[in-house]
Amino acid sequence: MKKSIGVRIWRFSIIAVVSFYLLMPLYAMFDFSTKQFGLGGKSRNLDSWRIIPSQPDLVIAITRSLLTALIVMALILFLIVPTAIWVHLKLPILRRPFELLCLLPLAIPAIVIVVGIAPLYRWISINLTESPITLAGVYSMLILPYTYRSLSAALDAVDIHTLAEAARTLGASIGRVIFGIIMPTIKTGIINGSFIAIALVLGEYTISNILNYKTFQVVIAQIGRANGNVAVAVSLASLLFVLFLLLLIPNKKRLGTVLDVDVK
Amino acid sequence: MTQIPIQGTGPAVGRTSSRYWRSKSAYLGVLPFLLFSGLFLLYPTWNVISGAFQDESGKFGTKVLVEVFNSSSARAGFRNSLEISAQTAIAGSILGGLFAWAMVSGKQGGFFYRYSVALSSVLAQFGGVMLTFAFLATFGFNGLVSTFAIKYAPGSFLAESSWLYGKAGIAVLYTFFQIPLMVLVFLPTLENMKPQWREASDALGGKTYEYWLRVGIPILTPSFAGAALLLFVNSFSAYATAATLINLSDFLTPLAIATALTSEVGGANPAEAKSLSAYMIIVVIIAMSGYALLRRKVSKWEQRR
Amino acid sequence: MNNLTKHFGKVKALDGLSLDIAEGELVALLGPSGCGKTTALRALAGLQELDRGLMIVDGKDVTFQSANKRGMGMVFQAYSLFPHMTARDNVEYGLKLRAHRTSGDKRKARSFELLELVGLSTHANHYPHQLSGGQQQRIALARALAISPKVLLLDEPLSALDAKVRTQLREEIRRIQLELGTTTLFVTHDQEEALSIADRVGVMRNGQLEQIAAPDELYDRPGTAFVAEFVGLTNPISGVVSKGTIELLDSTVKVLKGSITIGQGVALVRPENIEVVASQSGNATVFSASFLGASCRLSINLNDGTRVTAQLPSSDAVGLSAGAPVKVSLLDRPVFVKPII
Repeated sequence: MKKSIGVRIWRFSIIAVVSFYLLMPLYAMFDFSTKQFGLGGKSRNLDSWRIIPSQPDLVIAITRSLLTALIVMALILFLIVPTAIWVHLKLPILRRPFELLCLLPLAIPAIVIVVGIAPLYRWISINLTESPITLAGVYSMLILPYTYRSLSAALDAVDIHTLAEAARTLGASIGRVIFGIIMPTIKTGIINGSFIAIALVLGEYTISNILNYKTFQVVIAQIGRANGNVAVAVSLASLLFVLFLLLLIPNKKRLGTVLDVDVK
Repeated sequence: MTQIPIQGTGPAVGRTSSRYWRSKSAYLGVLPFLLFSGLFLLYPTWNVISGAFQDESGKFGTKVLVEVFNSSSARAGFRNSLEISAQTAIAGSILGGLFAWAMVSGKQGGFFYRYSVALSSVLAQFGGVMLTFAFLATFGFNGLVSTFAIKYAPGSFLAESSWLYGKAGIAVLYTFFQIPLMVLVFLPTLENMKPQWREASDALGGKTYEYWLRVGIPILTPSFAGAALLLFVNSFSAYATAATLINLSDFLTPLAIATALTSEVGGANPAEAKSLSAYMIIVVIIAMSGYALLRRKVSKWEQRR
Repeated sequence: MNNLTKHFGKVKALDGLSLDIAEGELVALLGPSGCGKTTALRALAGLQELDRGLMIVDGKDVTFQSANKRGMGMVFQAYSLFPHMTARDNVEYGLKLRAHRTSGDKRKARSFELLELVGLSTHANHYPHQLSGGQQQRIALARALAISPKVLLLDEPLSALDAKVRTQLREEIRRIQLELGTTTLFVTHDQEEALSIADRVGVMRNGQLEQIAAPDELYDRPGTAFVAEFVGLTNPISGVVSKGTIELLDSTVKVLKGSITIGQGVALVRPENIEVVASQSGNATVFSASFLGASCRLSINLNDGTRVTAQLPSSDAVGLSAGAPVKVSLLDRPVFVKPII
């Protein structure tokens, strides 16, 4: 397709402007975090980065958040995905209500959910445990729309009814059908949904802050009040980590991590 | 060995209760999920909505809702939220939309394209706290741009960082994550634009601007508007960024809600929090319904092909 | 299967269907879409619940047994191979589930044996999306047979394939079925398929079995008008029935069981049962002739205005072209007569 000079100029300028807008703060983070503590020393160093592992609060928080992410993934794999498959397979009349339920968190932002769920978590921290890992419960609800979207697309693409019936006649139990046959077939949808879940758990602040749990982001904010450089370093580090995770997903399947949710 | 011929004998098993319950047993499968989401999703939703209709002592009525509606600070916060959401939705959708176009008009599947998608996916989830620090590192005290500005443009607003904490600052911050979100949401639509349309338009004698005016823009508008609505909701619901940056307790509605819920000074007022939340839900539902309608329109078009 | 009944809302999919299949037999269920043949098959497989009825396999009542315990092999119309497994893995799947009975080596041997049987041993490590439609169905067949099923169920296995592949594959299915001696139920809407490979064919309509018989009997001696018209071509010719015969086209032929016994009726005459001879003083004229290779199909206008289609061996049709005057009569074969309406 012939591209006129005009179009080329347009294109270049847009890319330049937006890239600048997005990349500059990232570069600034790098710059800031390599400065010396206090007022602009001339020399650069990696001190801020180096002391990250020795911040006890931070290490604990990171571990906790990663653990919470794992639990959320377990909930996805063993509760949400099987239920979605079950509904698609056996209860088609429930498809619409199930879809609406999964999309409900879009209409109820995190700040609102935390208002309603505060009593529940108060009860939990008194009677069960104070650990922030219990947040996995509400987190898995927050990611429902995105996970459902990935799943739904994958489930529609494959004729799971025939596959399930074939497996059944060969002697498979319903458990095997769900976990052994269908889930591998919709692997891509599950992976994309999981990636979003991990990113969300690591980045979540609203609920954990208001409910007073010390999660990763809460601790970063805390550190930030004391030591800006380190906070910035940690932020950049976690960004790179998530980017790294994303790059682990093989190429073709990556675009599926779209946050676009189709409300039909 | 397979068959014993049966001459119309054998019990003609009717609609026994065992057959009936067998078919209903499938519903049990959704029970775990139902319980779980009932606890972590439906309960809080119900709590908020019903709580909005109660006052501090638990009596039912619209007292608190009306109070909040009339409170000037709540209104100011709401107005700020709406303004900023609208501004960042527009800015984000235009910039993001243009960038998405820039991506699509280049090599699809090329390095720039893939790297942009990856980066957008990550940045769109870049939490509010980290985002704030990123901008503080840029424009804040001792930040990249501010130190630069102090040296070369000492009088400008960039040389000091107070603007960051006001409306303008929040808007710039929010737009930062609106852009990647727009790219992710809008990109599929752009990819679905068929080159045949452009070719058909050219063949029929249309010029570039005519194509865009009559074909391109009308086709893209519903999708674009839908994406903008999504951005609006995203901005409206945001809390983390503002909370990290500002300490003013009700500059924005999410902040007001948080204050109402957790205020250590002057006592928490959950009813107020719930009422504010209820108003938020209304706005969000209106916007999401608009989004849903626009998406349905788009998918209808796509089906006809 | 006995008195199988199933409603889907107001629609009666199966209406008291009863059917026995002997060991080693291949029975085809034939009928138009919506006649219930697939429903019956799926009921037998355990994939479809019934309102009423009984199913007995090998002496055991399986009516309430769940699908994964019935030990039947099923081949679906399409898309039933597990996409994330190779052909061999697919074939071995049923055996893996019974892992406690077969060792890994035995499984490998068995899957190889079956892949050989369907002629795809070279494709063992291919994935379904790398195989053609016909190849996929053959793997599906191998997979179903791997577990040595008591009954083999085939749900329109060839409908999604090209015509040529269809013919090839149906012969193969029959060959394999005979070789293994597996009791088989084959559902199809294609009568050529059913007639060519089945031991017996059951014609279904509206949830009921119209007639079940060996292919030739079904064709030559249909028991109902529907069967007569559904299977093969017919010429409807009016006549009067009396004393078990009907007079048509200057011939008197016997009337088949199930026809009307007396009065005006419409006889359903097969094209090959119409005799055509060139004759100047005939009762008909040839309208058009289609040369089909071994046989010739003639469209003939009778003097009373009716048009019939006759089929003759080409050698007998020499000289019979459009406009030729002919004499038309019936061969002495019994015919089915349905009421005028």
